[in-house]
Amino acid sequence: MAEVRLRVNGADRRLDIPPQVSLLDALREHLGLPGTKKGCDQGACGACTVLADGERINACLALTVQYADREITTIEGVDHPLQEAFVRHDGFQCGYCTSGQICSAIGMLAEHKDGMPSAVSEDPAAEGEELTDEEIRERMSGNICRCGAYNGVVEAVAEVVR
Amino acid sequence: MRTFDYVTATDVTTALRTVAERPGAKFLGGGTNLVDLIRENVERPDVVVDVTRLPLTGIDELPGGGVRVGAGVRNSALAAHPLVRTRYPVLSQAVLNGASAQLRNMATVGGNLLQRTRCPYFYDTASPCAKREPGSGCGALGGITRDAAILGVSEHCVATHPSDMAVALAALDAVVEVESIRGTRRVPVLELYRPPGDTPHVETVLERDELITAVELPAADAAPRSRYRKVRDRASYAFALVSVAAALRLDGDTIVDARVALGGVAPLPWRAAEAERLLVGAPATEETFARAAEAELAAATPQHDNAFKVELARRTIVATLRELQEHAAAGSAA
Repeated sequence: MAEVRLRVNGADRRLDIPPQVSLLDALREHLGLPGTKKGCDQGACGACTVLADGERINACLALTVQYADREITTIEGVDHPLQEAFVRHDGFQCGYCTSGQICSAIGMLAEHKDGMPSAVSEDPAAEGEELTDEEIRERMSGNICRCGAYNGVVEAVAEVVR
Repeated sequence: MRTFDYVTATDVTTALRTVAERPGAKFLGGGTNLVDLIRENVERPDVVVDVTRLPLTGIDELPGGGVRVGAGVRNSALAAHPLVRTRYPVLSQAVLNGASAQLRNMATVGGNLLQRTRCPYFYDTASPCAKREPGSGCGALGGITRDAAILGVSEHCVATHPSDMAVALAALDAVVEVESIRGTRRVPVLELYRPPGDTPHVETVLERDELITAVELPAADAAPRSRYRKVRDRASYAFALVSVAAALRLDGDTIVDARVALGGVAPLPWRAAEAERLLVGAPATEETFARAAEAELAAATPQHDNAFKVELARRTIVATLRELQEHAAAGSAA
């Protein structure tokens, strides 16, 4: 067993867990925070996206022990205009991917603000690409929506950006 | 998921010593591949040594114009760095075309180089796979091999190397710095990987206890005009069917330097030496590009269901070179 201290949604939490427990399972099964969802459990869907020190990661591939002393933000700790924008623009149907989509979008907006390029940015050396719909789609491609609510997701993110 | 010991190291010497002393130990980077492989019971380490807290996260200019990248640098930080974006755009593009933003925030440069194939037979512990269980055969042969390699395969393995980043590094003649308790050595990326032969489980020239600590990008006149083009089943977040990392330097209409490397088609990042040989000294025309691509792919040995990759690779090589030529022409006209 390993003792791990985390800061989760602003609160100090302490866990005694074996090293193989993923951050996703720690949040859902040990800390009573089931808002973060388990989709594929292999890094292929993005439903488990959370923020670690503000950066989006897949909690299913993160060993909790590797995130000791880090600041983790889950959907339970989010209060952001994206949430109402998702409702207004039908950015979901079943809602299973939504907590991951929202956390991912928050991380994405921060990355963009910091000047992160994307695979569709015309010139990798150019700074400050505008967040076009094409850019939003590329930058959000790590979040799969089985219902296919992508158009609503793009509209919701675009509304918050513009 | 089976358990293991977890050790976090804050200095390189401790990390190296721990792995050297414990035969079942493995280095752990961002975990985006190794954690999944442990969960699938493909990798079975007794202890993982976390190297993400080692001081290997710098990106620094080298005398002479090159750049040194620490092996612990996250993929996203590599792609975003101004030195990489301006001097080696092919590397930034390759990284941004790999995985998803979430995974790029986790994955390290060293881990990206040493990630394992995504061949489904490698992951399926009910299938034979000589890469997973030496000598057990290949479940892919005669099976579903649409994503399999077409160059450099053996009768024991047709799996592809999955990295986009490594394809760009192969085109750039990058050099990997490796450390162990025995000392430090430098290995060109082009010599890092071993062809599968009859030992597909031996993927690199590294010993079990050797740690990649840095990647050096040499200065190159052609590199600032380099490009990465990736073709896949969907527009984003998918492994390559075919990818091309390329750089061209022209003198007038004549090609004076050419770098071409291929991804998605071979067991390792494939430097297209034959194509480069035909490009250098030739006029930068569609005919030259097509001839070079065809010569490189003449040795292709596709499986029953992936012959499309040969034509796809030919077209992707030509399209990438054409784009570079058009950029160069536009640049010299301006």
